[in-house]
Amino acid sequence: MTLQLSPKDEAMLAGEFGEATRMAMRILTTMAEIYGAAHLLDIELAHIDGCLYHGYSGLEFAEKLVAGGAQVVVPTTLNVGAMDLLHPENFQGTAQVGEWATRTMKAYEAMGCQPIYTCTPYQMTQRPTFGQQIAWAESNAIVFANSALGARTNRYGDFIDICAAITGRVPAVGLHLEENRRGQILFRLQNIPDHLLTDDVLFPVLGYLIGAHSRSRIPVIEGLRPDTTEDQLKALGAAAASSGAVALFHAIGVTPEAETFADAFHGGQPEDIITVTLDDLRAARDRLATVPDGAVQVVALGSPHFSPQEFAQLMPLIAQYPPHPDVEFVVCTNRVVYAGLEKRGWLEQLQNAGVRVIVDTCVVVTPIVHSNKGTLMTNSGKFAHYAPGNIGFQTIFGSLMECVRSAALGHVWRDNSLWA
Amino acid sequence: MRKFKGHVLVTGTAKGAALVLPEPLSLWGGLNPKSGEIIDRRHPCSGQIVTGRVLVLPAGRGSSSASSILLEAVRMKTAPAAILLAEPDGILALGAVVASELYDNAPPVVVLKAQDYAQINDHDIVQIDSDGTISVTISTN
Repeated sequence: MTLQLSPKDEAMLAGEFGEATRMAMRILTTMAEIYGAAHLLDIELAHIDGCLYHGYSGLEFAEKLVAGGAQVVVPTTLNVGAMDLLHPENFQGTAQVGEWATRTMKAYEAMGCQPIYTCTPYQMTQRPTFGQQIAWAESNAIVFANSALGARTNRYGDFIDICAAITGRVPAVGLHLEENRRGQILFRLQNIPDHLLTDDVLFPVLGYLIGAHSRSRIPVIEGLRPDTTEDQLKALGAAAASSGAVALFHAIGVTPEAETFADAFHGGQPEDIITVTLDDLRAARDRLATVPDGAVQVVALGSPHFSPQEFAQLMPLIAQYPPHPDVEFVVCTNRVVYAGLEKRGWLEQLQNAGVRVIVDTCVVVTPIVHSNKGTLMTNSGKFAHYAPGNIGFQTIFGSLMECVRSAALGHVWRDNSLWA
Repeated sequence: MRKFKGHVLVTGTAKGAALVLPEPLSLWGGLNPKSGEIIDRRHPCSGQIVTGRVLVLPAGRGSSSASSILLEAVRMKTAPAAILLAEPDGILALGAVVASELYDNAPPVVVLKAQDYAQINDHDIVQIDSDGTISVTISTN
């Protein structure tokens, strides 16, 4: 298939909109050819992951765009960076890396991106709408926007995200097109007890299981309750996008493109059917841990970033079971939620209990945890998945209550009724 | 020697010993660009070094930051010589495309048919030509 460019695309490629736009369009058209796109299409929003420092090369790329006069042409938000810019003292890395990481974030601000620095832009003001074409990066944001909101984005990553924001264009392929949003694999929940279906602890585990089986195919889940919450879908998607390349899932009777089985599969049949039993879920839960239950040095919450609702669940638990002084307790969130915590007096309560609240970044993307090594306990499938490789911690997964009570004791506390 | 043709995502020529990953790998959280080591501790190839190898993997996985890690690996000269995939992966291809924009140097990325993909074993010597022709010399070790 040959790529057909619009006259404006051609003009951008010819350099009529400046050097940065030319480079952005050159990368986009190369990628459009790789994907076999027939044309490019307009987007209305962008979310950028490139502001997270991964090395000097990412900074070179961003500063090259800034030097070429780059400015975004659609409302564009920023994902987490490597620094908590409000509390830079939280950064435990070298001064050199801290400086490069800050420069990377500032380069994206200079291009006109909004410095919200969160992996949950969908819980902020600019929430994508059903059917809207967007270019989002950050695997958990991508899967949430597609699945829970019905917006349309492919799995954009660093570099192409800002190219899309600068040109307002993306290759017309994949999940931007209706016909590619059909469910492919059916996950049928079988005899899962009702108390588990309403419990937050189910969702990272179910997501982890689904991601591992789906790889890049579109999973459809049958058997979730219609009152499944937004934070539960967020946890499910984040875990599924960690163990697999899941960019879109449907949950029959829950997500907007899957009111019925027929809607989820566009009138067709699944390519595969996988039955999910309680035993399968227990096995997936066990795969989230890298060590047996024992001592805990760190408890980390907030991947994706903690929402106000999640803080509301945490507050009474912390009041009842404050963390042991030897346990480091960290919660990651964004600036807007943080400001809300301050206003309600919750921040002070958390800090007095020894809980550190981090903004703009998170514990698995940057050195922020004080403890050297040991075991990190979390209620996040994404933290559990990435912490061993990224920051060298062993991980243990548990419910929010299990995490809080384990932090209070300094070793793992279990609620044995959860998975019974 | 076996020869077959793959679908070129990012063109280039390369030659190296195959490192075949039985499972997908996300480079973010999976590869240390300073050392070229696979650091996903749940991955069966954890601890292996990708530098200079022809990395053969079913697919990418997870985070959209994988392209950054590949770019940084190119800058640090720890990148694989080439990447051969069973399924197209835009995020890996993008890392290679930007590497050629910034550093004029990128590992070729090629997608293979299932039957060809299955024929490459660890340590086989694999040559990639710019048109996607793959030549495999079977390792005797």
